[in-house]
Amino acid sequence: MRSRSAMLFVTLSVLTVGLFLLDLVVGAVRIPLGDVWAALTGGDCPQATAKIVLNIRLIKAVVALLAGAALSVSGLQMQTLFRNPLAGPYVLGISSGASLGVALVVLAGVGSTIGIATAAWAGAATVLLVIAAVGHRIKDIMVILILGMMFSSGVGAVVQILQYLSKEEALKAFVVWTMGSLGDVTVPQLAVLVPSVIAGLLLAVITIKPLNLLLFGEEYAVTMGLNIRRSRGLLFLSTTLLAGTVTAFCGPIGFIGLAMPHVARMLFRSGDHRVLVPGTILSGAAVLLLCDLVSKLFTLPVNAITALLGIPIVVWVVLRNKSFTA
Amino acid sequence: MIRLHDFSIGYDERTLLREVNAAIPKGSLTALIGRNGTGKSTLLRAIAGLKRRYAGEILLDGRDISDMRADEMAKKLAFVTTERTRIANLKCEDVVAIGRAPYTNWIGRMQDADREIVARSLASVGMEAYASRTMDKMSDGECQRIMIARALAQSTTIILLDEPTSFLDLPNRYELCSLLARLTHDEGKCILFSTHELDIALSLADSIALIDPPQLHCLPTAEMARSGHIERLFSNDGVRFDPVNGIVKANT
Repeated sequence: MRSRSAMLFVTLSVLTVGLFLLDLVVGAVRIPLGDVWAALTGGDCPQATAKIVLNIRLIKAVVALLAGAALSVSGLQMQTLFRNPLAGPYVLGISSGASLGVALVVLAGVGSTIGIATAAWAGAATVLLVIAAVGHRIKDIMVILILGMMFSSGVGAVVQILQYLSKEEALKAFVVWTMGSLGDVTVPQLAVLVPSVIAGLLLAVITIKPLNLLLFGEEYAVTMGLNIRRSRGLLFLSTTLLAGTVTAFCGPIGFIGLAMPHVARMLFRSGDHRVLVPGTILSGAAVLLLCDLVSKLFTLPVNAITALLGIPIVVWVVLRNKSFTA
Repeated sequence: MIRLHDFSIGYDERTLLREVNAAIPKGSLTALIGRNGTGKSTLLRAIAGLKRRYAGEILLDGRDISDMRADEMAKKLAFVTTERTRIANLKCEDVVAIGRAPYTNWIGRMQDADREIVARSLASVGMEAYASRTMDKMSDGECQRIMIARALAQSTTIILLDEPTSFLDLPNRYELCSLLARLTHDEGKCILFSTHELDIALSLADSIALIDPPQLHCLPTAEMARSGHIERLFSNDGVRFDPVNGIVKANT
């Protein structure tokens, strides 16, 4: 069994690296492999080519890699913390919270990089706290899911009103953002995205043991020595950084966060987070890179691809866990 | 051992227990009995540190739990709740291994000694053959045993169980209680379990803790049967308790 996990990790790592490189080669403009390599290594190639590879494709591939890992790990954290196989940053309304934050900032016309990120973090964190407060009183997981959906719809309505009231220029910027895109991230935004996501992933690694204890529910976890306030705080911080930052700069990307933890559980046949956290990081990164490749090949929005890929997995989860227990 | 000192607990206006002074000895299997809604679960949860709103003191082997951190308590006391826990995708030995959490490092790395304790815990509940199976296709009784093995793996002197027999059929109930009695006597643990089954409590427990609101009486089983408390609390128009045979009879 151990060798099976090791094999899977190697395969997934190779796949992720392969897809990352392929993502640099594939694009609207056909660039020979040699030129891509030259651009990456600082070799001899046309300046326009270097610009496309480094400023467009490399940034986009890095964003896809990090966003895939971030959203998937955030989904895993939410599924274990709320003991709910259908939890994820999108379903629980965490992405919507971030969206509302971004809407308020962008539509007011103050769309600075750090402003957008802060607004998204604040929005994501607020939703998480509300879910946690409600979840503490009401143990029914369907209630939490329905509240998440209602919250998303509510945010949608508020955003529409804001759009109606806002100036044309800000409106355009916001509508483009809502479509969800990995390619619109600028270099200054990347400078916020990369450290935030890495910090979120490091927190996810520190909370591996708490997540394993939380598989038994909060009360069991406490009687096995878990400092629940500290662990919950770290998990919330991690998810806020992961889902909030990605939503801030890429727009709401659905289904990856919900579906990839299940893919990891299925592949590794394990519920142990020491396997699942790295497994989810790798499979999430690989799949979002794949979605980006497909979206480039057919010039489709990446959101549509993640939905088409994620929905069957979610349907499978629903049908398999009719009892809805994590 | 568990000692309650001037202990009072309740919900809002309702007092369940008032100024209780009691001791649950070690090396003894104690059954916690009482009518519905008298606070059996509440008392267990308070001793386990899950309900912090009470007056008075709860001492575990002489230490007040309000001065203990969760990780310190986890080395002293293990709890098996009423919840039917089934964890998907986790082998029984891994479930039991999580009971070692208070002793392992930040990522839960198991040492040889930990693995040995896990194997021994599985063997004590007679589940060693299930080590590499997952819980999703096991019966309630088997899952219950795994959760008890997990509590044993915590290597604590005190174990609390909230209605451990409630999902089990009659033979399994007796078997489980005999198992608890064996663990108490062989390993000198202090085990306190709540139950609705008077006959099991009276035939297998060494002592009985009876909630007689708002008091708690703790007596050796034989003394409790003779004390008259059980007849008084558990009889109504339909049933009465027969202290001579220690059984409950329907009024005919």
